[in-house]
Amino acid sequence: MSNIDKATVAKIARLARIKIEEDKLEPLAGELNNILGWVEQLDEVNTDDIQPMSSVVDAKLRWRQDEVTDGDKQESVLKNAPNAEYGFFAVPKVIE
Amino acid sequence: MSNYRIQGATGDWEVVLGLEVHAQVISNAKLFSGASTEFGAEPNAQVSLVDAAMPGMLPTINAECIRQAVRTGLALGAQINKFSVFDRKNYFYADLPQGYQISQFKHPVVGEGTVTLDLGDGKTKEVGVERIHLEQDAGKSMHDQHPQMTYVDLNRSGVALMEIVSKPDMRSPEEAGAYLTKLRTILRYIGTCDGNMEQGSMRADVNVSVRKPGDPLGTRCEIKNVNSIRFVRQAIEYEAQRQVDIIEDGGVIDQETRLFDPSKGETRSMRSKEEAHDYRYFPDPDLLPVEFDDAFIEAARESLPELPDDKKARFVEELGVSDYNASVLVGEKESCDYFEELLAALAAKTGKDAKKLAAKASNWVMGDLFGALNKASKSVSESPVSAKQGADLLALVEDGTISGRIAKDVFEIMFETGKDAEAIVEEKGLKQVSDTGEIEKIIDEVIAANPAQLEQYRAGKDKLIGFFVGQVMKATGGKANPGMVNQLLKPKLDG
Amino acid sequence: MTDLTKLSIAEARDLLKKGDITSRELTEAHIASVDAADALNAYIAKTPELAMEMADRADEKIKAGDHKGMTGIPVGIKDLFATKGVHTQACSHILDGFKPEYESTVTQNLWDDGAVMLGKLNMDEFAMGSSNETSFYGPVKNPWRRGDTDTVPGGSSGGSVASVAGFAAMGATASDTGGSIRQPASFTGTFGFKPTYGRCSRYGMVAFASSLDQAGTITRDVRDGAIMMESISGFDAKDSTSVDMPVPNFEAALTGDIRGMKIGIPQEYHLAGMPGEIEALWHQGIEWMKAAGAEIVDINLPHTKYALPTYYIVAPAEASSNLARYDGVRYGLRETVEGGGLVDMYEATRAAGFGDEVKRRIMIGTYVLSAGYYDAYYLKAQKVRQLIANDFKMAFEKVDAILTPTAPSAAFAPGEKSDDPIAMYLNDVFTVPASLAGLPGSSVPVGLDANGLPLGLQILGKPWDEETVFKVSGVMEEAANFTAKPAEWWR
Ligand SMILES: [Mg+2]
Ligand SMILES: [Zn+2]
Repeated sequence: MSNIDKATVAKIARLARIKIEEDKLEPLAGELNNILGWVEQLDEVNTDDIQPMSSVVDAKLRWRQDEVTDGDKQESVLKNAPNAEYGFFAVPKVIE
Repeated sequence: MSNYRIQGATGDWEVVLGLEVHAQVISNAKLFSGASTEFGAEPNAQVSLVDAAMPGMLPTINAECIRQAVRTGLALGAQINKFSVFDRKNYFYADLPQGYQISQFKHPVVGEGTVTLDLGDGKTKEVGVERIHLEQDAGKSMHDQHPQMTYVDLNRSGVALMEIVSKPDMRSPEEAGAYLTKLRTILRYIGTCDGNMEQGSMRADVNVSVRKPGDPLGTRCEIKNVNSIRFVRQAIEYEAQRQVDIIEDGGVIDQETRLFDPSKGETRSMRSKEEAHDYRYFPDPDLLPVEFDDAFIEAARESLPELPDDKKARFVEELGVSDYNASVLVGEKESCDYFEELLAALAAKTGKDAKKLAAKASNWVMGDLFGALNKASKSVSESPVSAKQGADLLALVEDGTISGRIAKDVFEIMFETGKDAEAIVEEKGLKQVSDTGEIEKIIDEVIAANPAQLEQYRAGKDKLIGFFVGQVMKATGGKANPGMVNQLLKPKLDG
Repeated sequence: MTDLTKLSIAEARDLLKKGDITSRELTEAHIASVDAADALNAYIAKTPELAMEMADRADEKIKAGDHKGMTGIPVGIKDLFATKGVHTQACSHILDGFKPEYESTVTQNLWDDGAVMLGKLNMDEFAMGSSNETSFYGPVKNPWRRGDTDTVPGGSSGGSVASVAGFAAMGATASDTGGSIRQPASFTGTFGFKPTYGRCSRYGMVAFASSLDQAGTITRDVRDGAIMMESISGFDAKDSTSVDMPVPNFEAALTGDIRGMKIGIPQEYHLAGMPGEIEALWHQGIEWMKAAGAEIVDINLPHTKYALPTYYIVAPAEASSNLARYDGVRYGLRETVEGGGLVDMYEATRAAGFGDEVKRRIMIGTYVLSAGYYDAYYLKAQKVRQLIANDFKMAFEKVDAILTPTAPSAAFAPGEKSDDPIAMYLNDVFTVPASLAGLPGSSVPVGLDANGLPLGLQILGKPWDEETVFKVSGVMEEAANFTAKPAEWWR
């Protein structure tokens, strides 16, 4: 089923926002095909009428009360920022 | 309205419209963190480490946001899903700290419902709601603060939004406007969203396509984040025309996301096709499915106030308010609240049945009050005359203390000064004169002062009675009880 | 004076309580031992000053009579756990310089009980690996060698096991997503314990695959594991998948009595091509259980062979999303491109910040979730995962615990498997199924292979029945009487 080519690797890398050099695309395609070919043995399993697992925890989602208990910590929020100016995170401009 | 058509070179075109409205949920804290949702704080001050997506931070859900979504669904007569799932919508953007938005994709909390549009002259139209789901808002990117940098503020990051998705049931810019108006009215009535489009607490994504009437649906474009009802109408008009022009020139419509530029009145493409998103939705493993029972739904239902459509019907059918007045009053929650408070106070003060007072009261709110507010460019909530004060004024007319004409003067002073009606009437001596002796005395004086007119009257010129009434009113500065003047004047003139 | 670093946690606890030793002495000895073990590369950040402060505070607590199992005990912390103001990078370059403003719940629980932090431990980058060769800080060496040849400590909790096996910590926190506690424990002759999913809070634990990640412990024996596990366990409202259940006294479960207990032997775990020594050791384990009065029951876990492929869809999918937050905007590494914009920054930062294995898994995860492939891969895998969980559910209707080998081999040499991802993934063949089902499990050291390298057996229990896993582990430990220690070549 899977046949990942160079273009597909480039597309996935773009989606994942990882720069991959042109000469690495081909070898990576090989690796990914290997792994995907191996996981495709799942096709042997009959999963008709099987519900996908939603959580291994057999519990209901707990709800929080609507109270302000957090925030007001601008310094902590920005502490590890590579670049923060005037209370903002600063990043290179979006080029469209 | 639904016969809105764009006249093209090849004939008439029909516009097909669907709206995705993002409405900020009214809650104290964010959807998945305990940070405040308050508007207008210092940058990154209302941000928890969860909102900033620090490593190892986890979402926990705010019960109120679920309740508000359910209340909204109930108000739209929608299907409420007792089992729903939060998914991750994956994409990269500087103001999306997690690299994904927690949203609901396959299993939203609310399913199909309806919004009834009021199209004027008592005409209505039903627009289907496809679904309502809960999701996180993103932060804010500011591109104009620095030549090379974009500044990011995460205060909005994680605030709860309801995405209300309509069916493609609208056929004109007016209908789209009416849909937004109505939706906003409902949300404000039930208090699940403040509907403030200027501050961005309500935004619309508009899906526009065109087709020849009767043809299958055309390819649609989505105009993102339009932030006023007027812009929605303008954007649709422009976009529909653009699509017609392309098709008639032999082109095809690219399914794409577009932006509306209000300064130019145009839409333009937001991103190239190559950038087409693949959101890779999957259930958020940090959360479990949301489940609740019928009791929770019933409690949410009981918390709902009377909805606008029900209110309007009651105003018309039970209170005898005109259809037009009822529509306008119900259209704005503040107007309606004002009217209802005024009517209740008036009924209490006069001891009369609200049904007997409602039509008059609605006329006063729609006429005198709205007129003055309009002139002063003020909203109902900014009115210098409170509903209680308005009721006091109308009560003075009801019990004959002042005439309707004097009431207009009193209201003018109230509007300017904010003073109570009774105080003004007292201070200016505007009380209606209903003392028989006093009125008779004035009538005698007026008759004595106008012998010529009296003679003509007695010679058969009946109409002159009006002249005498006017003179009496003038002599009393308008304060004489007009009914009483009429009653006393005739026998004296007749001799 | 005895070497304080050779004490067990239980022994040290009792001596501390009696006042025979102080946490200061114990901590000093361990700080020296941490420095002496630099050759293992187990610690990537040492915190000796902090350790001494914490030790003094622990001594005050003990004097005041406020004594718990972990009070005054020096431990190492896997770099996956956020420690306030202290290096926390999940051993990735992309978290360059990150010092969190918060503490993970697991470590906070330890500090609340008076435990002492020696430093942060090496691991596979973002816990992705089975040999601790993917760390940005270089590989960890196994204290156990094959003759003169280095071996890997297993992964991803390689620093955790190496520090404990190398007497450079009395215990260590660890995390298990597909076997990252049990497999390295088996490779290093240590006791590894992974609790039921939801027993320990994931708050402040750098996420790899959220539906699988679970904190646990590495200790030198079973009793120490029980003491340390009790400290880190417990409900936490900050984690929606944390379950509100009381934490039992795990140590009290070590009764040594498993008479009448039913122990399941899954037939599907007899892998073709598995080293005979491992098969033999497994049979030895079965004999020990019988001798202790347990009843051995053959069971079937028919979907076992699909566990690894299932895991290698689910885990990368979740990881691709969990690791999207490492974008150079708010913390960690930022690489910009001359004249480039935001997207260039993302791509350069993530290219420079992630290692090859992490990139590989992000790519796989992105692919299996992408439009047109979601149903065929991710949805299919979650369905098979349900079948795997059902297998265990049915098996546990017949048995109280399950006994299997922990890993299909002993520790291997660095580089031996790093060129073949699938060969590397096969290390987790016995541990992954229980991870997919969220079950508690342990690895108990039971013997040495022909090369003198340790081997472990895995014990699995029902959800929330950690006590049985501890009880059976204790009996196994007693029977195996594994006393071998690595030659301390690194000192
Ligand atoms: Mg949308
Ligand atoms: Zn949305």
